[in-house]
Amino acid sequence: MRRFDYYRASSVDEAISLLGEHGEGGMLLSGGTDVLVQIKEAGLNPVYVVSLNGIEELRELSGSGDGLHIGARVLMHEVAANDDVVQRYSALADGAGVVGSRQTRNLATIGGNIVNAAPSADTSPPMVVLGGVAHVAGSGGTREVAVENLWTGPRQTVLEHTEVVTHFTVPAPPSNAGSYYERHTPRQIMDIAAVGTGVYVELDGDGICTTARIALGAVAPTVMRAPQAEAALVGKAIDVESAAAAGTAASAEAKPISDQRGSDEFRRHLVEVMTTRSILAATERAQG
Amino acid sequence: MAKQIFTLNVNGRDHELYTEPNQTLLQVVRDELRYTGAKEGCGTGDCGACTMMVDGKVVTSCLVLAPDAAGREIVTIEGLADGEQLHPLQQAFIDNGSVQCGFCIPGMILSGAALLEENPNPTRDEIRRGIAGNLCRCTGYRKIVDAIEAVAGD
Repeated sequence: MRRFDYYRASSVDEAISLLGEHGEGGMLLSGGTDVLVQIKEAGLNPVYVVSLNGIEELRELSGSGDGLHIGARVLMHEVAANDDVVQRYSALADGAGVVGSRQTRNLATIGGNIVNAAPSADTSPPMVVLGGVAHVAGSGGTREVAVENLWTGPRQTVLEHTEVVTHFTVPAPPSNAGSYYERHTPRQIMDIAAVGTGVYVELDGDGICTTARIALGAVAPTVMRAPQAEAALVGKAIDVESAAAAGTAASAEAKPISDQRGSDEFRRHLVEVMTTRSILAATERAQG
Repeated sequence: MAKQIFTLNVNGRDHELYTEPNQTLLQVVRDELRYTGAKEGCGTGDCGACTMMVDGKVVTSCLVLAPDAAGREIVTIEGLADGEQLHPLQQAFIDNGSVQCGFCIPGMILSGAALLEENPNPTRDEIRRGIAGNLCRCTGYRKIVDAIEAVAGD
């Protein structure tokens, strides 16, 4: 592997000051399942890394109260297996549960998955549709950024060099809400999404959709919302027909490219089918 | 690049190390500590040949920086047996003829053990999913699944 210097931070403050002290060219290392692969194979060449692996304050996961708190170093297998996440923030459990392999999920962290800003990241569409907020600490204090506004392009975020995402919060959904995420991969397991679809819906007492949020993965430079598809659902009873209309709208909104995981045409087809299916699945959970 | 001094606990023993920080857990355990059961297949976390247990959870040790594993309990295939007494899965792999070239087997056994720890009675499909992060290029999956299934429920 390429050479780099290594610093192990024992607190968030120490990580921030290490980044400040050693300047540009360094990067944070969390689970390593993405960053180390990029260093080995994709030409990433940090001068130094600051390991977050010893910071206990980034490990909190609590979802029983009026919202979810997930520390940036909570592991994918912990997210996927947490009862509160499974029951109330289901799309996030869906996404975390399909990342890589068992071995990957024992290393990879929610913070890494989201901050790496891969458009195919499996926890990103769920975080967007659930209204997740990233809590960011820097030398000048803390700030909050909606996860949806965190990314500016593939591997690009609004974060400054000395900023660290410490945790995410997600507002508690009402009891009439449901969410769902699925992805399509050429291989069933250990592959990267060709398309991912995340859906969140709220229904009123008559089964009419009052709120809909739809996010698409791997079909644009960043995970994207599909506002036309959302608008196609609100005010309607969700059935096969209205879900399919929203799926068609989402397919028109997507901006996929062609690569080894599928052509742009195939990806548009997947967006249509999977958005429709995800809407119906999220609705079923909202009713259950 | 400043070398790091740290202690790794591998198979129940502490080892003090002094290595460059771009060394992976896999490299250090194989090259410095000479536990060569875990293998480097792909080096990018896809094949699972480098699987080790860290604090009881299987991980791809090719994607862990060695100093990040300091203070954790690391178990390789060499640490699974109880003295001369093989782990039941090791015995089952022998009894079922599950080993062809052998390169994937240390990782397969550790993943199988982790699966059974979590789910003592997996179906064949659950076993396949449980070892989905371990590739066998001999494609000898059937007898590997047979061996894990033989131990399931015991």
